[in-house]
Amino acid sequence: MNEALLIFGMFIVTFGVRYVLFAMAGRVHFPAWLSTGLGFVPPAVLTAIIVPAVLMPQGSLWISPANPWLLAALVAVIVALVRKDLLTTIVIGMLAFIIFRFGFEL
Amino acid sequence: MTDSTSISLPADQRRREFIGGAKATFPLIVGAIPFGIIFGTLAEPSGLSAVGALAMSIIVFAGSSQFIVLGLLAAGAALPVIIATTFVVNLRHILYAANLVPKVRHLPQRWRILMAFGLTDETFAAVSSRYLQQEDIREAHWFYLGSFCAMYGNWVLCTAIGVALGEIFPDMTQWGLDFAMSVTFIGMVMPYLKNKPMWAAVIVAGAMAIATAALPHKLGLIIAALSGVAVGLSLQMLLTQTNTHSPAPDKEPQ
Repeated sequence: MNEALLIFGMFIVTFGVRYVLFAMAGRVHFPAWLSTGLGFVPPAVLTAIIVPAVLMPQGSLWISPANPWLLAALVAVIVALVRKDLLTTIVIGMLAFIIFRFGFEL
Repeated sequence: MTDSTSISLPADQRRREFIGGAKATFPLIVGAIPFGIIFGTLAEPSGLSAVGALAMSIIVFAGSSQFIVLGLLAAGAALPVIIATTFVVNLRHILYAANLVPKVRHLPQRWRILMAFGLTDETFAAVSSRYLQQEDIREAHWFYLGSFCAMYGNWVLCTAIGVALGEIFPDMTQWGLDFAMSVTFIGMVMPYLKNKPMWAAVIVAGAMAIATAALPHKLGLIIAALSGVAVGLSLQMLLTQTNTHSPAPDKEPQ
């Protein structure tokens, strides 16, 4: 992998998305469906990353109470629903993961 | 306003705005610290050099997509797929930009370029509340700059710390730090789940991600995300259509 090309390509698409509307400053308006659709992008992308990472942590589907990634993710979901605070979710989720993954070996 | 008052005041006000921006961003920085350190730590085991990791934080400056790229590199994804994924993941920033356009319209392009580069979830959150609280936006771009500098400095510094830690403790990848990304994203997704279309989008995206996991080059991520968006958007449009056709009982009479 050519790292310079990788970083340059990432810069172009990232900066492009952030700058295009600033550059035109209001001379462009989204149709309603497009801005509604864009609103679904962050949760859809993030979920498409989370679910395989949690259900297939070692490459194949692992739905079992013995899967520490799955258990800790469920803990994080519950904490996020109750506390609605990102930092608390991260800290408790990580602690849960460490306990489920390594706790039983100690 | 007369000239005599506007000669000495701006510099003062600019400093106040700049510091205010940095201060308002501080709580959000606390959440970004572990993120930056873990990114730096995981870079080399994922196949990105120490220099590459630092350069990525300095030049690209996009936390979650940098994280995702590490996962893609580790999985051996091809360059065009990585760039396309970065694009899809960062597409949400166009919503922030659309929101901020009325606040940057009066500024010269060089300011807009700088502000666009620094447009992150955190800075958007910080400046949005500034714009809500104070109507005077003449020097508000200095507030934005303060927020951006705080985020940027922290992100680059934390990446460097992470890279250094990765060199000292090469077996840190065995500690399960990869889960930090999943748990952070869970915390970011949950607040979105307030209506049926959102739930539908997320369920479809998750199911499709599993169904397409075997596709080469990690193409499944893009397919899954776009499927989720399509289903969520369709459902939302269907629901608004039925709402406008049936008379709403709680609406005020015209």
